[in-house]
Amino acid sequence: MSVTPGPPAPAAGPRSVGVLAYLMRLARTTAFKLLAAYLIVFAVFAVSVIAYTAWHTRQLIEAQVSDDLDREVRFLADQYRSGGIQRLVYVIDRRTRRPGSSIYMLTNFQGETLAANVSDLPFGLLDRAGTRFTTYNRPDEGGAKAHVAVVQVFILPGGYRLLVGRDIEERDTLQDLVTRPAQWAVILIVVLGLAGGVFVTRRVLKRIDAMTATSETIMAGDLSGRLAVAGTGDEFDRLAQSLNAMLERIEALMVGLKEVSDNIAHDLKTPLTRLRNRSEEALRTARSEEDWQSALEAVIEESDGLIRTFDALLLIARAEAGQARKSMVDLDLADLVANVCELYEPVAEEAEMDFSLSTVPVRVHGMGELLAQALANLLDNAVKYGAPAAGAGGAIAVSLAREGGHAVLTVADRGPGIAPDDRARVVDRFVRLEASRTRPGSGLGLSLVAAVAHLHGGDLDFADNGPGLVARLRLPALPA
Amino acid sequence: MTANLDQDSTTAMRLLLVEDDRDAAEYLRKAFREAGHVMDLAGDGEEGLSLALDGGYDVMIVDRMLPRRDGLSLVSELRGRGHTTPVLILSALGQVDDRVQGLRAGGDDYLPKPYAFTELLARVEALSRRGAPQATETLYRVGDLELDRLAHRVTRAGREITLQPREFRLLEYLMRHAGQVVTRTMLLENVWDYHFDPQTNVIDVHVSRLRAKIDKGFDEPLIHTVRGTGYMVRAGFK
Repeated sequence: MSVTPGPPAPAAGPRSVGVLAYLMRLARTTAFKLLAAYLIVFAVFAVSVIAYTAWHTRQLIEAQVSDDLDREVRFLADQYRSGGIQRLVYVIDRRTRRPGSSIYMLTNFQGETLAANVSDLPFGLLDRAGTRFTTYNRPDEGGAKAHVAVVQVFILPGGYRLLVGRDIEERDTLQDLVTRPAQWAVILIVVLGLAGGVFVTRRVLKRIDAMTATSETIMAGDLSGRLAVAGTGDEFDRLAQSLNAMLERIEALMVGLKEVSDNIAHDLKTPLTRLRNRSEEALRTARSEEDWQSALEAVIEESDGLIRTFDALLLIARAEAGQARKSMVDLDLADLVANVCELYEPVAEEAEMDFSLSTVPVRVHGMGELLAQALANLLDNAVKYGAPAAGAGGAIAVSLAREGGHAVLTVADRGPGIAPDDRARVVDRFVRLEASRTRPGSGLGLSLVAAVAHLHGGDLDFADNGPGLVARLRLPALPA
Repeated sequence: MTANLDQDSTTAMRLLLVEDDRDAAEYLRKAFREAGHVMDLAGDGEEGLSLALDGGYDVMIVDRMLPRRDGLSLVSELRGRGHTTPVLILSALGQVDDRVQGLRAGGDDYLPKPYAFTELLARVEALSRRGAPQATETLYRVGDLELDRLAHRVTRAGREITLQPREFRLLEYLMRHAGQVVTRTMLLENVWDYHFDPQTNVIDVHVSRLRAKIDKGFDEPLIHTVRGTGYMVRAGFK
């Protein structure tokens, strides 16, 4: 496995520094930390098991040895009791000749050795009865090597002292036999685990690095960038997918925002230019008090128009953003329609138009203020543009009906109507058809109605009233 | 009891303006002085609060976005301490829910920026309680025109005039502010409870209908048009 530095080293330093820095980076990743923690837990557990096994083996062997010694001492003591010291010396001599035998030593009360197959026992070892550890030498080996043994000292009647011991090198060998491979296994597992950790972490880090790099390009302004999806369906893919969905939404919003601001810039500049021209003209040509007065009044009127346009744009933007949904309530649409109509009816009559209203009780979930304004805009349009061409009496008919799950509010007039080709276009911001160019208005009225309709989950469309125009505002109704 | 509505109610008011835009504040102080009122200025919310707590103002005008303490917090603090001085909140935020927030915080009126000075003046004068009848009064009288709020009866020179419910409320609002200028927006907000721009001269049409019922056939007109601003109900006006 080769380790290569991921990101280019900032300075042309020694390669080893780069590798070290890279390993440090790996070690800081969550995946690596998890793995390291797991390894540590495993190692501690494995070492405890091995230590326990070793300790237990040792205990077992020691118990075994101690039992053996007990039995042997008892046997030798019996020999002494039955056959006296000669018999004991004889038995010990015979036993010491057997290969791999125990350790024996027999002394009289003066400390003279009567029988033995060991030498160099520590001074005073035979003074006390009991079991203990000791070192000893074998005379047949030339006394070069010290051995370790468990010995039992037994004081026989007549001042004889009997030592019987068992070499325990065997015990140590056995213990080694058990623990050595286990130790190697633990070391191997830790090394392999660390290597595997580096490998796995490197893969994780690579994908994270790729995601980070893509995010940085996106943040730098290229909203069309998307995170790579490996297709493995793992948690990284899921993260990338949801981040991509988020980017999609942000991009759509940004495009919409740009479109709106372009429109606003274009259409606010027109009245601003007019405002400026009028002021300049006044400066150039106004001579009398009245000239100044009327020029300033025109300027104020123009700026009021600008403010109205601006307010309408903000309102549309708010309705489109959908934040207003929070403040929606259940309301009686028939009541609302009746109130707005009451406000506009005299205006229609002033314009010599018949006004009729028919409603059925319908409740909707919405914002009363916005719905009232939407209807007001439709009525305002009807009054402004709904007059028939010549002489004939105009008429505005408002109706509120229930069609399936929808409340349908229509405003019909007897004017020239809107050509079918233009019907979809009139709700766009600032669109004003030729017929209306000469009349006051911002070109935002129907855009607001459409935005309000969408905010409430409904829609706005237009139809021919033969002659005239029917504007239909459809809103989801609450169950009756 | 009946308020004396024939007197000139636009006597000098003491006003407090809390606004951090120095130029705008100076402009308003000058304009209010020309209208015969005295105005103190505060440049931030804390200063505004301490001046307001000293009291003695007829109406306060508070900008919504202020340094150190914002306008809404100033108003609710003031209301929390039991001060009832009428407050008009000025704000660049003019949407329905912004207005609702402003009124909920304890404001008495809410005017979005930018506004016409005449609109602000009319609203401040309407808020002032000087010379205005109390809300508990049941009979409004201007010249020979009488409006009985309890009986829903309107008479002029003793002759009963029949009004539609909305016409009644329109006249009621105009008479409550007799001697004061009432703008079209104020009428739309207070009589119809709409806060949007109706685009057409809807209010003018309604007022002219009311005028036809109230003033027609009488020598002295009581409903006057104030050019470029709105209307005023007043007797003895030449």
